[in-house]
Amino acid sequence: MAAHRCGLSLVFILIFSSLACHSSCDSLENANEDTEEKQSVSDTPREVNSDGSIAAEDLNERRGRSTDAELDRRDGTRTSEALTPAAAARDEFQEELVIRPLHSGDIYASFQFRTLWDTDFLQEGQKVSHYRLFPKSLGQVLSKFSVRELHISFTQGFWRTMQWGQPFIPSPPGAELWVWFHDTVSDVDGNWKELTNVLSGIFCASLNFIDLTNTVQPSASFKPLGLGNATDHRFLRYATLPREIVCTENLTPWKKLLPCGSKAGLAVLLKSEKLFHSSFHSQAVHIRPVCQDEQCTSKAWELRQTLNVVFDLYTAGQGKKEWSLFKMFSRTLTEACPLATSSKVYVDITDNPEGELFELSPATPLLSQAVVLGDRRTYSVFDLTRAETFGQLRSLNLLLRWKGDGGEMLRPLLHAERYVAGFGLQTGEIHTVIYNNHPYRAFPVLLMDSVPWYLQLYIHTLTVTSKSRDNKPSYIHYQPAKDRHRPHLLEMLIQLPPHSMTEVTVQFERALLKWTEYTPDPNHGFYVGSSVVSALVPSMVAMNTNFTQDQPLFSSFVPVKEESSYFVRVYTEPLLVNLPTPDFSMPYNVICLTCTVVAVGYGSFYNLLTRTFQVDEPSLPLAKRLANLIRRIRGVPLLT
Amino acid sequence: MELREFINFPGLTFPGLKITLLKPDIFFKQWYSWYSKIHSSHLESPLEVFHNHVYRLGIPDSHIVLMLADDMACNYRNPKPATVFSHKNMELNVYGDDVEVDYRGYEVTVENFLRVLTGRLPPSTPRSKRLLSDDRSNILIYLTGHGGNGFLKFQDSEEISNMELADAFEQMWQKRRYNELLFIIDTCQGASMYERFYSPNLMALASSQVGEDSLSHQPDLGIGVHLMDKYTFYLLEFLEEVHPASQANMNDLFKVCPQSQCVSTPGHRTDLFQRDPGSVLITDFFGSVRKVEITKDTINLTSPVEPPIKRSGSSDIQIESLTYVDQLPVAEIIHQKPKQKDWHPPDGFILGLWTLILLVFFQTYGIKHLKHIF
Repeated sequence: MAAHRCGLSLVFILIFSSLACHSSCDSLENANEDTEEKQSVSDTPREVNSDGSIAAEDLNERRGRSTDAELDRRDGTRTSEALTPAAAARDEFQEELVIRPLHSGDIYASFQFRTLWDTDFLQEGQKVSHYRLFPKSLGQVLSKFSVRELHISFTQGFWRTMQWGQPFIPSPPGAELWVWFHDTVSDVDGNWKELTNVLSGIFCASLNFIDLTNTVQPSASFKPLGLGNATDHRFLRYATLPREIVCTENLTPWKKLLPCGSKAGLAVLLKSEKLFHSSFHSQAVHIRPVCQDEQCTSKAWELRQTLNVVFDLYTAGQGKKEWSLFKMFSRTLTEACPLATSSKVYVDITDNPEGELFELSPATPLLSQAVVLGDRRTYSVFDLTRAETFGQLRSLNLLLRWKGDGGEMLRPLLHAERYVAGFGLQTGEIHTVIYNNHPYRAFPVLLMDSVPWYLQLYIHTLTVTSKSRDNKPSYIHYQPAKDRHRPHLLEMLIQLPPHSMTEVTVQFERALLKWTEYTPDPNHGFYVGSSVVSALVPSMVAMNTNFTQDQPLFSSFVPVKEESSYFVRVYTEPLLVNLPTPDFSMPYNVICLTCTVVAVGYGSFYNLLTRTFQVDEPSLPLAKRLANLIRRIRGVPLLT
Repeated sequence: MELREFINFPGLTFPGLKITLLKPDIFFKQWYSWYSKIHSSHLESPLEVFHNHVYRLGIPDSHIVLMLADDMACNYRNPKPATVFSHKNMELNVYGDDVEVDYRGYEVTVENFLRVLTGRLPPSTPRSKRLLSDDRSNILIYLTGHGGNGFLKFQDSEEISNMELADAFEQMWQKRRYNELLFIIDTCQGASMYERFYSPNLMALASSQVGEDSLSHQPDLGIGVHLMDKYTFYLLEFLEEVHPASQANMNDLFKVCPQSQCVSTPGHRTDLFQRDPGSVLITDFFGSVRKVEITKDTINLTSPVEPPIKRSGSSDIQIESLTYVDQLPVAEIIHQKPKQKDWHPPDGFILGLWTLILLVFFQTYGIKHLKHIF
């Protein structure tokens, strides 16, 4: 029996060892395949450039890649005894600029810089200390506070949807920060507070004003934009600071996060004198986990830095419908960032198929089509990694010259507005108007409103009307405010009928704050953050649900789940509300008045009680005194 | 070993060189604190110009704490956004491309200013907002704005008095937060602000005596406000000639802007300072020079960082592919039940309870009592 058992166990051991050997052999082969793949990938840029001369940057890139591959092979052989072979954490950096001429004559430029990093900050027992392209300041913040997703944006100006269409990455005026924390965090509020302080130091902004009085936990909006399955909204925090200004001191640290800084690549165009002389300026940082490859088996961290700017025809353009890179940014492009794997400039020429609307120079043969925001758009592509893009002068200055007037712009399908109605300083009404401009499709939108506690909402007066009829929302989540602790949060899922206007009204009463809670300039008013309208808008063109590595960055920001609709987020205007303001000189007045009254009153009372009267004879002048002296001697009656 | 193997950067080549590591020895850790409050009628804050000078003379941005109470550069009323000029011919944009403002807008309060000086900040304050000085640091403080006899205005709504400032400096001295401190103030009756100092190693400069007003220098007719104060203008002209190796001393600084130029009489106070002002270099406070010692030893760089082990998920035979979350899951949202924090009794409970009570009452005492009720 024992022998049998020994025999059986031996058989088992043999089987297991053969399996183990097999798997490790497999993985070793995989490692070799990987390195071979990397070699082939590094070879392809060479093929592309075979007609022209091989650019120096490409050569270096290839050499770098081949040394990578050598290292990997060496690592592979060294760790082949371990069950899983190692792969060096790789960084990848891509940059692109999209220029879209708008119908009103303005021009919209959108920069996107994307750093992709194959590592997991939240891996147990893994301390990440080796940073290459990914900025160390952000990496340390992510690991210290167990952040799963971070989205922060600074915007100056308001995006006019009716005149400019939909932006690639929407953002509300002021500063906005929303963060998804990891499941392992036990004290989310403490982490949030520290995170806002650290970010205020990194971005030179007053984000430390974000505290519990303006933070909300949305229950249905702001789902994560990255990978994940569980979405427990206890780990989400959202806050906006509508009053926050954006200036050079915010742009400087933002530029420092880029691998090439502002020295090479597209970032040389980012000069503050020109960027802030615009109708709309928005810079944002988005960090989220994404699929590392097309099979989506492992995670990689993506850092996207986006900068959207709209230059006005009359202020920056001097009234002439002619735009060039030099006119917009006072710089031209001379080279791509050497650390970038792709560096491209896209110009939207969909409205200009035959060249009758505007003329684009220098001409480029490269064209690309992309489905973005529900529409198929055609782009002229300028690839900065190729030397011939820069031409003879070694600099690229795109020029768009208008020839004729454009037609009507297509109305955007979803549009929202908000305003305060009423008079006086006691009550008021907030009206939010949402337009659905689709001719025959109805779709649901999720409206999220976060109102500060000092505007006390009367939710019993909440009405939602579409086409003059009551429209009952399918989902309402309302969290009332707590004075000085929590703002109001109202989330509603409203079905918008086709081609209609939906109006949401709610009445409020203004509170009187304590005198230390007023800002130094209270008569300016108090800001109420923008409402957020999130919707899946039906698309006219089938959206691409496959995730490919070659997609341009502007079309791959929001993950697409189904073909027939695209996700869009619209922000309304922030509100400026006057609160009843006390007279701040009153403490001084009161002190003066009280002291005067007390002094006069007490003084008189004291005198009345303690003053005694004595008869006082007036003293005679000198002549009369002398005469009296003589009269006394003579014994004659005295003078008075 | 060669540097190229240690740092692996595709796209950047390193020639095969052996680097000998320099051993830096920071001679003075100079902490330069810049505090400024913008004069409400002045577009130009001398701060940015000082920033340029101080930058030029060697102090890094991490050693400067900048407080600006108003947003002038990106204000919508500025016809040239993101620019601030010090001279009406608009040749030099002093706001620059590199400025980092640490405290701005509503954060510039007396409390924050005193907390930065004394170091009593909440633990989550980032490093760029702290004054990380020690007992070997020389600190320069520059204040400008509206003031009066014994106070300086902050944000038009609060003041800092000369006694508070003196006490703050004493706290700094007790905590060994400075070696020597230079205090420059450009406001009306500025000399009153340094009258009450009592800590050692303090030197102070003011633009006007008690009873005198400090005046501003040039108006910009396009915007309608004044660009700079007279004292600051001449002080900056003086600093233009200072370079990192200059031997100019404090006595030269005291002579800046005499009454003929400034209309007000600048004052200074050196009795608390232990060294003779004639022997104190201007670059002791305005500049920073680091002493570098070169060593001839080579240091061996260790082997490159071990690449991280692949995630355990890949060792499974079946790998699940990760998915993105649905952005607007309508069905899920509609059926989401909000968590009820407070327990309420079920509907109709009170009504049912009263019906029960009445029923029991009439059961026990008979129906004849009904007429008393109705």
